[in-house]
Amino acid sequence: MTAYIAKRLLAAIPVLFGLSVIVFLIMAMIPGDPATAILGSYATPENVARLNADLGLDKSLPQQYLIWLGNLLQGDLGRSYALNRPVLDEVLERFSATLILAGTALVLCSILGLLAGVVSAARQYGFADKAITVLVLIGISTPSFWLGLLLILAFAVKIKLFPASGMYAIYGGGDLPDLLHHLFLPALTLAAVATGVIARLTRTAMLEVLRQDYIRTARAKGLTERRVIYRHAFKAALVSVIPVIGIQAGFVLGGAVYIETVFQWPGIGSMLVNAISTRDLLLVQGGVLVVAAAYVLFNLAADVVQTLLDPRLR
Amino acid sequence: MSDTAAPAMRIGKARSAGRPSALRLLLNNTLATSGLVVLLLIVLLALAAPVLPLPDPDMTAPADRLLRPLAEGHLLGTDALGRDILSRLVWGARVSLAVGISATLIAAFFGSLIGLVAGYAGGRVDTILMRGIDMVMAFPYILLALAIVAALGPGLLNALYAIAVVNIPFFARNIRGITIGLSRREFVDAARLSGKSNMRILFGEVLPNVLPIIIITMSTTIGWMILETAGLSFLGLGAQPPQADLGSMLGDGRKILFTAPHVSIIPGLMIFALVMSINLFGDGVRDVLDPRLKSGALTRPVARTAVKRENVPEKPAHEDRLLDLVDLSTQFHVGGDVYRAVSGVDLYLKGGECLGIVGESGSGKSVTAMSLMGLVPTPPGSITGGAAWLNGEDLFAVSDERMRQLRGADVSHVFQDPLSTLHPLFTVGDQLAEAITAHRPMKRSQADGRAEDLLRLVRITNPRARLKAYPHELSGGMRQRVCIAMALANDARLIIADEPTTALDVTVQAQILSLMDALRREKDAAILFITHDFGVVSAVCDRVAVMYAGRIVETGRTQDVLSAPAHPYTGKLIDCVPVLGQPERRLASIEGRPPVVNKLPAGCAFADRCPRVEADCRTGDIPLSSFGEERAVRCLHPLTREAAHG
Repeated sequence: MTAYIAKRLLAAIPVLFGLSVIVFLIMAMIPGDPATAILGSYATPENVARLNADLGLDKSLPQQYLIWLGNLLQGDLGRSYALNRPVLDEVLERFSATLILAGTALVLCSILGLLAGVVSAARQYGFADKAITVLVLIGISTPSFWLGLLLILAFAVKIKLFPASGMYAIYGGGDLPDLLHHLFLPALTLAAVATGVIARLTRTAMLEVLRQDYIRTARAKGLTERRVIYRHAFKAALVSVIPVIGIQAGFVLGGAVYIETVFQWPGIGSMLVNAISTRDLLLVQGGVLVVAAAYVLFNLAADVVQTLLDPRLR
Repeated sequence: MSDTAAPAMRIGKARSAGRPSALRLLLNNTLATSGLVVLLLIVLLALAAPVLPLPDPDMTAPADRLLRPLAEGHLLGTDALGRDILSRLVWGARVSLAVGISATLIAAFFGSLIGLVAGYAGGRVDTILMRGIDMVMAFPYILLALAIVAALGPGLLNALYAIAVVNIPFFARNIRGITIGLSRREFVDAARLSGKSNMRILFGEVLPNVLPIIIITMSTTIGWMILETAGLSFLGLGAQPPQADLGSMLGDGRKILFTAPHVSIIPGLMIFALVMSINLFGDGVRDVLDPRLKSGALTRPVARTAVKRENVPEKPAHEDRLLDLVDLSTQFHVGGDVYRAVSGVDLYLKGGECLGIVGESGSGKSVTAMSLMGLVPTPPGSITGGAAWLNGEDLFAVSDERMRQLRGADVSHVFQDPLSTLHPLFTVGDQLAEAITAHRPMKRSQADGRAEDLLRLVRITNPRARLKAYPHELSGGMRQRVCIAMALANDARLIIADEPTTALDVTVQAQILSLMDALRREKDAAILFITHDFGVVSAVCDRVAVMYAGRIVETGRTQDVLSAPAHPYTGKLIDCVPVLGQPERRLASIEGRPPVVNKLPAGCAFADRCPRVEADCRTGDIPLSSFGEERAVRCLHPLTREAAHG
């Protein structure tokens, strides 16, 4: 198993390398003079020249990339001129907040989605199935940023149950209960769409599995229907749903951009939106790169879990 | 399983024969239709925006700011600048729709192009293109769009490009998959041989065939794209003032969420309605164009076959019989058709006896056997008549819990393909122990010991180590031994073996057969043995019943039937078996196909394939008449004269 994980980690290296090329190229296609774009039109010519030299913009594109990659590997993602601090510091600080939000949402949507999908399949055409199907349909059609606003109106304005914004209370707080209190609404909003997707696919996977011969065998052995569905069928369905959860990690990490903006969560999503508005492009570059790398690792983890569950893949 | 698969296969044919038009099918789907109606309504509104009597959406009126909905002259109220929300909503929907549709078309065009070229060219071109696509997909969806917008600068057009780019992979992947399949088909080879250029084949022959998939992918992604462009506008990265789409209206309204919630709620509701209607309609389109993807088409079988008996026979007075099956009828209801898989079958088994049921695929032999313990899938199957007395208990009348207790304890099963009938994710030991503890609660260590004994019983060497093996790690013969061990776990009185040797190599077949024969004598268990092979019957069965089109056509002691078959069908089946030492004997095959059991002819079902058919074979119901001791045949013109009674 260790060998397998090592192999998968090695296989992730070219992907991470490819990501860095794409991120680099996107930033290289910025129209006009990047130094001016970064520093703004009021920059002094000396500053522009200095930044051009800093960024190595007087060299050819492949050379620029290699210099950039070399710096990247040393943990140097450049400096945010708007914030006047190293990009890496800002990105890692923000990313930890995003990880708390997105991680919670991912756990939430996995549990709720799997549960809803299994119940739906177990009671196909029953009331629970129909109700879940409708909820799922609504879930995947609702703009998450709008849902966030509705939840704020309902649970922060009408009934003052949860705070409307931020990660910790401004005065006092800062402990775990305070964090959870602030986390509930944004995590729920962020999980909504992914829950729908996972529920839908779990239902289909369960229905597919329940037609298999080994389910008939389980029944022929005289197992209770509960055991047939929740042990035999669920384990097999889980194997095909795990990669979907890995993919949903990408949607959750991406969707955090909206939710962090709506709930003013101090994560990397709201940082990116601000950075784009202020044209702090090195910060955008660093942020995108870190989140994309995290997504690759999430998928890797999903692969490993799938392999742990399915001996045939080993 | 082959028997139950047969009606399912025919469903497709039956449907495609009288298939209504695509539009008709779509309109039959209530959800899709309501989606279409809402969608059309929004599209019409958006198209008609310039001619509708609406105020200028950009006209500010500071005096009338933040009016609530239903205010005089402003049906949906006004926003922070006093602009009419209804008017802005209609114009905003127009922008959102235009952006969503354009993004979809761009993504569909480039994505399909990449997919077509990669799938058709194959080789290195395919590898390079798909690696690139994989790279794009390695980004979290919205993040890549953000990066692109960051580079190009905020703006509606840039947001449109960004959303289109991140959706290209979905099209490329789907279209490539279909194209690869099509490129290997005969009509493409034919076009190539006729000297057409690759371009003409790709766009003249392949493209028309992938068009439905392109449309399906478009219909399922357009909702997403509208949602995501609205999202970028919401973040202030899409539409820039004074231009407004639904997303930027929502974004503006957010700043005054607490004082005037309607300003942000209304555009959000519009996005929701738009996306929901597109998704409903898209699902409908997908179901019509590609019925295999339809989620509703998957129906799960319930725990036990439904019993809807029209007739319940009296309990017969045979004390010596372990199993007495009387007048069993099992049907499959598919669409409007009724497939009479089994009609009026009588069988019995005494303790320790082995009865073979022989017949071709679709003859109803498996359905008969699976009906006993309620393992025929419902839907679509149901038991519509008869009774099965096991030790005096009617299996079709017992409670679900009693049926569970009987399954695997008094009556156990061995199925055809041991690879698909064992759970791939549990070890052999898990599955054996579970079979034991389902009926006799005990400690796991105790059950493991029992499981080890069982593996030894079926002559598996090194049983302790095998307990930790997964089914895919064993050979086919070994797997079937495990299944037999599982069937013996609770000393069943009756073992139902449904073609247990069909999926195995010939040499392994012989081993498994002799194992089963030996074990049945050791354990004194009765076996109901389903097979299509008379060779197997002669090896293990005391008596045999031959089935055709859901009915028994001949039954008797194995030796009697083998040496002098009475029904022409039995004779043909016996001729299908190769005989060792007679290589010159021509193996017969039975011409024609068995009838479909939803349209059985009057009279004998075998008449069309029978060499001895006469006029009277095609009328009336031909009874199963006694034909000597323990022997009966359903034929008016049997091959041999009736053996002397007694």
